[in-house]
Amino acid sequence: MEGIGPYALAWRRLRRNRTALAFGAVFVIVVLMCLLAPVYAHDIAHTTPSANHLTDKVDGKDVVSVAGIPIGPTWHGRFFLGADSNGRDVAVRLLYGGRNSLFIAGVATLITMILAIVIGVSAGYFRGAVDGVLSRGLDLVWAYPVVILGVALGTTLAVGGLNFGPFHLKGNSLMVPAVIIGVIYVPYVAKPLRGQVLTLREREFVDAARTLGLSSLKIMLSEIAPNVVSTLIVFIPLIVANAILTEAGLSYLGAGVQDPNPSWGTMISDGIRLIPSAIHLTIVPGLMLVACVIGLNIFGDGVRDALDPRARVRIEH
Amino acid sequence: MARFVLYRTFSLVGVLIAISILTFLIFQAIPSGDPALRLAGRLATPQQVQDVRKQWGFDKPIYDQYATTMDKIFTGKVISYTQQVNVLSEIKRDLPATLSLAIGAGVIWLSLGIVFGVVSALTAGRFFDRALTALALVGVSTPVFFIGAMMLYYLGYKWNLFPLGGYVPLTKDPWQWFTHLLMPWFALSILFIGVYSRVLRSTMLDTLNEDYVRAAKAKGVTRRKVLIHHALRNSLIPVIALFGLDFAAVIGGGAILTESVFGLHGVGQYAADSIFRLDLPPLLVITMLTAFTVVLLSALMDVLYAFLDPRIRL
Repeated sequence: MEGIGPYALAWRRLRRNRTALAFGAVFVIVVLMCLLAPVYAHDIAHTTPSANHLTDKVDGKDVVSVAGIPIGPTWHGRFFLGADSNGRDVAVRLLYGGRNSLFIAGVATLITMILAIVIGVSAGYFRGAVDGVLSRGLDLVWAYPVVILGVALGTTLAVGGLNFGPFHLKGNSLMVPAVIIGVIYVPYVAKPLRGQVLTLREREFVDAARTLGLSSLKIMLSEIAPNVVSTLIVFIPLIVANAILTEAGLSYLGAGVQDPNPSWGTMISDGIRLIPSAIHLTIVPGLMLVACVIGLNIFGDGVRDALDPRARVRIEH
Repeated sequence: MARFVLYRTFSLVGVLIAISILTFLIFQAIPSGDPALRLAGRLATPQQVQDVRKQWGFDKPIYDQYATTMDKIFTGKVISYTQQVNVLSEIKRDLPATLSLAIGAGVIWLSLGIVFGVVSALTAGRFFDRALTALALVGVSTPVFFIGAMMLYYLGYKWNLFPLGGYVPLTKDPWQWFTHLLMPWFALSILFIGVYSRVLRSTMLDTLNEDYVRAAKAKGVTRRKVLIHHALRNSLIPVIALFGLDFAAVIGGGAILTESVFGLHGVGQYAADSIFRLDLPPLLVITMLTAFTVVLLSALMDVLYAFLDPRIRL
């Protein structure tokens, strides 16, 4: 019998999981649609995400009525999913907003992963004082209620931007919510990682490397890191899904994506203000977001089952 | 027991200090956040701003300001920057709405989470289990304010079943209190029901394979008794642990999104409003209140573990 590596085995298991693949495809389709936003806007809707069409007419009806109520889905090229109260095309904004939401979630996940690897691995490897300081720091972020921490950081940064050493961010930059969400989720990944490293560092192959005189940095990179990769992979879809939800929550409270940038969160929040006269403004971005997150969650479960059927990785709220 | 109490008290003090310092620092980091400018008003002369700065102590070093603020909080004299009212009395006003939301939702999500979790474990792999898995997935994948908005539109506006948000005090009209809170309770619970039933399902499946469960079955204990006294009782521990944290977070303003979409003016809404006004004192008090409830409830949960699992000692 031919030998097979752990990742090839995991891939084989994942390929057999039709449900996970189907929902993974839902997510991929959402991403592709959002990436093609400029094409849709230019060639099908013939408008831009921030172009106002307040005085236009579709099929003899005002895009925004005299009472300020926007038109619902027309199922035509322009205003396929209706307009918002500024006469902007909802379908176009949905795709552009999705780009922003996905961009924020992606960057946030990257930040979470990098910080969590650095903190989790060094806390687990060095133990003692390093672990004490890092773990208490993680506990602190953990104990701070997610939404309140996010809103506090989001609002203060939106007012003044961020000036931290070489980093300069403008208040309305998309990077602001990305950085905030990235930091908030660090403990969720760093804590289990630390636990894993604590047991890994006692294993024989690490002892062997130490006896050979390898430096701590080298041991962490070449001996420990490859053994925690599967845990990290399992976390990625979960963190992306939760980052999308958190972005929506922060934007709903006004502490996330700032005008005029659209995002799914800001679109839902704009829509809720127009309930009950224009319910499509809430339903359209809401369903898109839910479809995307469900796709990621089910695909993430499949990845977890494929990589390590016994793992119990999950995100608490 | 004495050691347990002592250790918990120490960690409580530590957490409160750390949380308050973190909140303090976040607000110090705002470049345009000088509270004196906002307190003095738009048309203030530089001299007036200077006076305000002196009067409120903003010219003192930061550790001095921190000490004064903490002193004010614990003597109940802390005043908000922008509204200049006592923060503690504001919180006292908003607490009933938050407590009503938290307690009602907590009862719903804990009981439904347990029922769904047990039923899922017993029917593992069959239709009911799969349906509940799907429901749980929708629950953890949907933002609470979206669920809330849909409820308000369909149940409240279209079908006229429930009132459209707002909070009626229990002492004023118990029935109105109940009907106004039904939708917020369920909106807030959906996420937790999904999480709890999943957690309970997996621990329950593990527990059902334990030796002591088999032993109980072998000595002829009835199926119902095995399930409730042996399997469920031990599987509840992780659920109880989650409940302590989540419940504390909701009391401490973690339900901002639910409070905001249903227009319940609770502690979370107060926290959000103060953040937007860049008003530090209320936020300090609320985050410390949250941390306090988190630590207190997690200590309570530890006591409960010892009761549920005789192997655990405090």
